[in-house]
Amino acid sequence: MATTLTPAPAKKPDAPREPRRRKVRAPRTAGFWTYAALIAFLLGSLFPVYWSLVVASHDNDAIGKVPPVLTPGGHLFENIARVFDTTAFGQALFNSFLVSSTVTVSVVLFSTLAGFAFAKLRFRGRKGLLVAAIATTTVPHQLGIIPLYIMMGELGWTGRIEAVIVPGLVTAFGVFFMTQYLSSAVPDELLEAGRMDGCTTIRLFWHVVLPAARPAAAVLGLFTFMQAWNDFFWPLVVLTPENPTVQVALSTLASGYTTDFALVLTGTVIATVPMVVVFALLGRQIIGGIMSGAIKG
Amino acid sequence: MTSVTTRPRRRLAYTLDVKGSPYIYIAPFFLLFGALGLFPLLYTAYVSMTDWNLLETTRQWVGFENYAELLTDDYFWNALFNTVSIWLLSTIPQLLVALVVAHMLNRSLRARTFFRMGVLLPNITSIVAVTIIFAQLFGRDFGMVNWAIQLVGLDPIDWQAGTLSSHIAISMIVIWRWTGYNALIYLAAMQAVPDHLYEAATIDGAGQWTQFWKITIPMLRPTIIFTAVVSTIGGFQIIAEPLLFQSGTGNPTGGSDRQFQTVGLYLYEQGFGLYEFGYASAIAWTLCLIIVVMALVNFSITRRIKSG
Repeated sequence: MATTLTPAPAKKPDAPREPRRRKVRAPRTAGFWTYAALIAFLLGSLFPVYWSLVVASHDNDAIGKVPPVLTPGGHLFENIARVFDTTAFGQALFNSFLVSSTVTVSVVLFSTLAGFAFAKLRFRGRKGLLVAAIATTTVPHQLGIIPLYIMMGELGWTGRIEAVIVPGLVTAFGVFFMTQYLSSAVPDELLEAGRMDGCTTIRLFWHVVLPAARPAAAVLGLFTFMQAWNDFFWPLVVLTPENPTVQVALSTLASGYTTDFALVLTGTVIATVPMVVVFALLGRQIIGGIMSGAIKG
Repeated sequence: MTSVTTRPRRRLAYTLDVKGSPYIYIAPFFLLFGALGLFPLLYTAYVSMTDWNLLETTRQWVGFENYAELLTDDYFWNALFNTVSIWLLSTIPQLLVALVVAHMLNRSLRARTFFRMGVLLPNITSIVAVTIIFAQLFGRDFGMVNWAIQLVGLDPIDWQAGTLSSHIAISMIVIWRWTGYNALIYLAAMQAVPDHLYEAATIDGAGQWTQFWKITIPMLRPTIIFTAVVSTIGGFQIIAEPLLFQSGTGNPTGGSDRQFQTVGLYLYEQGFGLYEFGYASAIAWTLCLIIVVMALVNFSITRRIKSG
């Protein structure tokens, strides 16, 4: 809660209102049970991630112990080495970084361009096209997966990383998000002033819109990167275990019939660490993005 | 500054720039999206009317035959039942808990950012990683859940084997991953509720819970509708969780008796296990139709929450 900006000096006639306000707000302060419940919820949220780290740092025999081992052991690096020996995890990490960063740059750039046009420029068919773009955000994308697979086959991209990158280059959500943001972030007067000074549209975009779009572009970029990193179903369908993304490599690792939990959960730790690092550094922005109400998962 | 002779040319350039350039800015999106998003959707409709098997290289127009076959396909109805069951088991507790958590986060808290980040952490982990971890936690022999169950004197459960037990375990994955996210959405909506409503209620002697039910919930109605609809769209498409929950995964049957095979997973089995593209496309369109209907049903149910 932002502190209420009451510009009331203590001796004003309406000063007696202050104590009453305080009294009213008092019950909304968190008490012991609120903290207890929230901490319990938090522990539940953290436990599976912590647990994967525990299993990943022991050898596989530790898993059957009763009561279960709850503290990290000393086998993490050994297990990591085994993961890289068992599957193409190095290739997978490279591929995932390539896919996620390419897709992020492209989505942010094209969404900002289109968002600028929809929010600030006047052209025929603007409304209709915008509605069309927004409507498509609600269509379940798994619907098109079979024709997409056929198309990738025709292009000769099956099993290749292009098959994962190219369909992700634009998202309707990104366009919607940037349109919303830019329509309020860039004042029309500023653009008009730019026009008066003889700015072309592309220079307006470059010098006025792009700087103003930075905060929203950062949030959109973060979400796009995380989504691309965690994307699983389409890469699973179109890629092979020899040239996978991290998530596909992880599912290959888990699909062995031996139950080497230490190995498999070490894989999950490796796959999760980049996301946790991003989250630790930029969590505030992510939360801001979700709470601004426009992000959907 | 401009000399008289260059003026008409400049004006033309200006007009072209103002009237034409917007189309250039939206072109990359519409071209790429049209080719790789919209076209496949429409093409699915065509494929669903064919008998198209990649392995047999057959390709025949069969009209609505695939759809007719689907209606009498026990595996499909089984998958639909499982999907609805998992969706209900995951969505209802998830949204209720999210409301309560948001309500708690909405009090004045110390370490506010810490709590917010903590509840969101599950949402940034990948479905694959989380499902693998949960499959281990819900394991029959070495799973921690069974260990805890035995501690309180109950018999261990073979979570994967049963219909209800596997649905509960899979729902737990969804609940764990999405509750905090929805809590933040609710929290944002709660912060937009004007303070004076609560103040007036407190003066009238309304307690915490009365305020929660009589003010917060009604004021959050649009947000609750939004989350319910989004959960429906997501919940009916669930694939990765049941696919990876099965031990010795990679097998798209959703358990030995298909006890947790969802519609999405059945689509995957038909399309990429058996390469029956025609039949799988019919499943895709049917699923899409079901999602639209369910989202509308959901919309009308949640709309009944009394406002104001």
